[in-house]
Order: sequence, then C-alpha cells, then structure tokens
Amino acid sequence: MAEQTVSMPKPPSKAWRMFRSIGLLRESPVGIVGVAIIVFWAVLALFADVLAPYPPNATISPMMFPGDTDASGNMFLLGTDHLGRDILSRIIHGSRRVLILAPLATLCAYIVGIPMGLAAGYLRGRWDDVLSFIANVILSFPVLVLYVIIIATIGASAVNILIAITFASAPGIMRIVRGLVLDLRNREYVAAAQTRGESGLYIMFIEILPNARGPIIVDACLRLGYVIITIGVLGFLGLGLPPPDPDWGGMINETRQLAMTFPHMAVFPCIAISSLVLGFNLVADGLREISLRD
Amino acid sequence: MLLFVTRRVGTMALTMIVVSILLFILLELTPGNVATKVLGPYSSEEQRRLWLEAHGYFDPIHIRYFRWLGDFIIGNFGESTRFKVPVGDVLWPRLWNTAILGFAVMVVVVPLSLTLGVLAGMKEGSKLDRSISVGSIVFTSIPEFASAVLLSAIFVFYLGLLPGTSGMASGFDLAQLVLPVMVLVLYDFGYVARMTRASMAEVMLTNYIRTAVLKGLPYRSVILKHALRNALIAPFTVIMLQINWLLSGVIVVEFFFAYKGFGALLLEASLNQDIFLIEACAMVAVFVAVGTQFAADVGYTYLNPRIRFS
Repeated sequence: MAEQTVSMPKPPSKAWRMFRSIGLLRESPVGIVGVAIIVFWAVLALFADVLAPYPPNATISPMMFPGDTDASGNMFLLGTDHLGRDILSRIIHGSRRVLILAPLATLCAYIVGIPMGLAAGYLRGRWDDVLSFIANVILSFPVLVLYVIIIATIGASAVNILIAITFASAPGIMRIVRGLVLDLRNREYVAAAQTRGESGLYIMFIEILPNARGPIIVDACLRLGYVIITIGVLGFLGLGLPPPDPDWGGMINETRQLAMTFPHMAVFPCIAISSLVLGFNLVADGLREISLRD
Repeated sequence: MLLFVTRRVGTMALTMIVVSILLFILLELTPGNVATKVLGPYSSEEQRRLWLEAHGYFDPIHIRYFRWLGDFIIGNFGESTRFKVPVGDVLWPRLWNTAILGFAVMVVVVPLSLTLGVLAGMKEGSKLDRSISVGSIVFTSIPEFASAVLLSAIFVFYLGLLPGTSGMASGFDLAQLVLPVMVLVLYDFGYVARMTRASMAEVMLTNYIRTAVLKGLPYRSVILKHALRNALIAPFTVIMLQINWLLSGVIVVEFFFAYKGFGALLLEASLNQDIFLIEACAMVAVFVAVGTQFAADVGYTYLNPRIRFS
C-alpha cells in the first residue's frame, strides 16, 4: 500500500480492489476461518425465511430442551424459550438485525471519523488541537458508561443506537486516521498535488485517503467486532431494540433469569454473537499479518 | 519533570471540565425535564414550578452550571431519587465494592497476561506464539455477557460448584467473587497479552539482545536480565489503560451477577432516570479513567529513560 508513490491515471475499480484484498486472505489460514464464519452468518441472514424451521415470533411449546419433540411432533434443535419460541429460528432471524445494524453503525462512525482525522492530520495547527482535544474528552469516558448514559437519555431505537455508536467510535477512528495522515502527508505525491495547485479537499480525499486504506480496513474489521459486541451488550442490559423481534443480546436478557435451570436459552445466542465477533477479529488478524509481510 | 506533570494535570483538569459541561448540557439543559425526573411523572405543574424555583433553576444557564460545578467539587451531589438518600451515601460503598472486584481482576490478569505475552514474544512465529495469539483473539471475541452466561452454565448449572449470583447478602463471600473475576479476566487478558507479546518481540530484535546472545550468554539470562526489563515498559501503560475498559466491563458483570458495585449502580441510575446519581457516577467514572491515564503517562516517562520531558 505504502509503496504506491505515484497516483495512477486509472486505478482499478473499488469492487476489484475489495475482491483482491479478500483474495489475499488465502495466505492466512486464520483469516480464511474468519471469512468462513462471516459468510456462514451472512447466508443464514439472507435466507432466514427459508432456513428457519419456524416463524421467529411464533409461540409453539415453551421450555423445550435442545433436541426435544413436543406432543404435536415439532422438533426443536436448540430448544424453545420461556414463551415457547424456537431458539434456532430466532437466532437465524436475529442475525439479520446484527448484520444490518453493525456495519451501518460502523460506516456512520467512519463517515464522521475519517474527515475529522484527515483534517487534523493534514491541516494541522488549530484544527488538530481542537479535534484532538474533542477526541480525548470523548475517549476519556469508559465506553459503556457513555453508551448507557446516551441511550438511557435519548431512548433506545435503531437510529439512537447508530448515533450513540457513531459518537463513541468516531474519535477513535479520527486518531487512527490522523496518525496515518501524519505519515503520508510528506510523501512525494502529496507534494506533487500541492504543486499542481490541487485543493486541500482533493489532496485529503483523493491522494491521501486511498493510500491509508490498508490499516483502515484492518481497523474496520476489529471495530465491526466491537460494534457487534456493543449492540449485544445494549440488548443484554435492556437498552437495545424493543421486543418481540429477535435480537441476540435481547434474547440473552430475556432468559438470563432462567439461566440456572434452562441454560440453553441464553447459551446459544451467546455462542452466535461470540462466533460472529470472532469471525471479524480473525479476518482483521489475517489482514494485518499479510500487510506486515509485504 | 515538574513541568511535564503540571501540564498533564492541567490537561486532566480541562478534560474534566469539558466532560462536566457535556454532562450538564445532556442532562440539565431543560429544567422542566429535571423537575419531572426528580418529582416523578405524576407531579403537578405547580409542584414542578415550586421545586425549580426553590433550587434556582430559573437562573441563567451559566450561573446554574457554576453552582452545579461548585456543589460537585465539595462533594454535594444532590439527592438520589431512586434510593431517597444523598448520592454520596450510595456511591462510595458501591465504588469500594467495585474496587475490590477490580483489584482481584488485576491480581490475576497482570501475571497471567505478562507471562503469556513474554512466552509468545520470545520466539516470534513459533508454535507457542501462534497458539497464544490465536487463543487471545478467541477470548477477546467472547463478550463479557456471553462468557458470564457460558461460565455460569458450566460452573453453576452443570457442575454446581459456584454460586450463580454475587449479591453478598450474608457478608463478604470469596466464592461469590470467583465467577465475576473469571469473566473479566477472560475478556481482558488477551489484549494485554498481545501488547506484551508485541513489545517483547520488538525487544528481541534489538542489537543489544543480539549482542548478548552472540557473546554466549545463556538464553535464560538474556531473557531475564536484558529483554524483560525493557519489554515490560510498554505493557505497564496498557495495563493502566485497562482500568478504563474494566469500568465498562463491571457494568455488564455486576448486572449479570447482581453484584452491588459501581457499574450496577450506574445502570440502575440510568434506567430509572435518577439524574443526580447519573451525573455523579459519570463524573467518578471519567475521573478514574483520566486519573489512571495520567498515572500511566507519568509512570511511563519515569520508567522509560529515553523519553525526555518536553
């Protein structure tokens, strides 16, 4: 990434570059496992209607253990919860919510954080002082304290969760981008663009940003994992999206009181969240390993 | 050094002031809301107006802010609407309980993650290194609430070894502390271990280590005498900054195990819109976070003679 010192006249398309960086993961067994886990959940989310054995909110037979069959012959692979809903179907449908909300929230955080980081790192001076100070203040909050206060004050809804995650994550992204820009701003291609008389915006977004993409992509994978955890934690604390639609964190919250007698109700959603987070963390680790090798 | 410390204290104070302004804006900007939260949703318009007047809420906003800040500094946090006692009376005992929990976690995390990190970093790319790295990724991927559920399923449901709640109803009980500590350790040690590993791996590549190896010193003494001393400077900062993470973690863990600590208190305050308690909890949390960061910075400069105070 860093060795590309001349801006190419016609860079390969975004989709091709994405494809190529995923293709690179072939060299990292850990990364392949991560991709496999993510693809697994993506397929479940896409075909949830076909794959889930029962409707997610239907009350069938309460308190069934995994593998039990009820009187009318319904089999529950992962059992049912206290309201008689099939846990497997709820997990499959719940994956949709996580896989839509988490990437969206991460994207919002980057949309806010990247320009901040570019401005702080490229313009320096007062911009840098002010933006860095704001970032330091927000980052001095223990993350979850910040989420709990924000969500409890403005209320729990998908939009508010997006706002809270953006607010809490953008400063961290800003810091990373700023660090990258400080390194890249002295490159020849930046000097060349400055000599050509390009505007600051052009240099920041067209010259510098694409060359900083490697570490940003690695960071985005890690951050996606954290965002999934955050959404799960909010659901778990009762600050997530309102019932009855399945939400992994919410499923754990609803059944944790019964965890001493019917642990399967909370255990399976836990495994689902952990595996998805693990998937993103493994991909991040694989990508980092590969980028360090070059 | 003195200049460095003063400057850090200044930044710290400024951060706290900005945080207090943010909190004030978020929670107290509209007096009507405050009155509703304090007096409850069924209070009459007249009651709210009288309460607002008695507590000076009709003054201009900056006067209100400074009075609020002044009260805060002398430890007058107001009255908790949830517990019907002054905020300090519930806050300090809870904070003490969380300190016990946090201390227990640190006692386990520090030696465990440093040992693993050093072992992994000693030989970069070895089998041991790879397995420790992957292991720490796996453990950091399991959120605290998930490991809380999984561990209590194992130790409480299947094995019946440990109590499932940590309310400490009949006095302090060490057995009740085991699961909360375990959950926090599992989530935290991976990160510290990976940072230690990175630091150790970097030190192993330096020239003075190569010299020590080449002049024929035994491997053991190269590691113990030369490498460790320098490799453990960076993890010190990481460990101090873990305290910030720990404050997030305790919310989940204390909620799950019904441990009467600071995290559970903050959550309860937020869910019940106990406004003065939220403010006090948030300020304490940020103070602890900023304070440990300060300690980390000062400690790091002290430990690392290469850093000059500029």
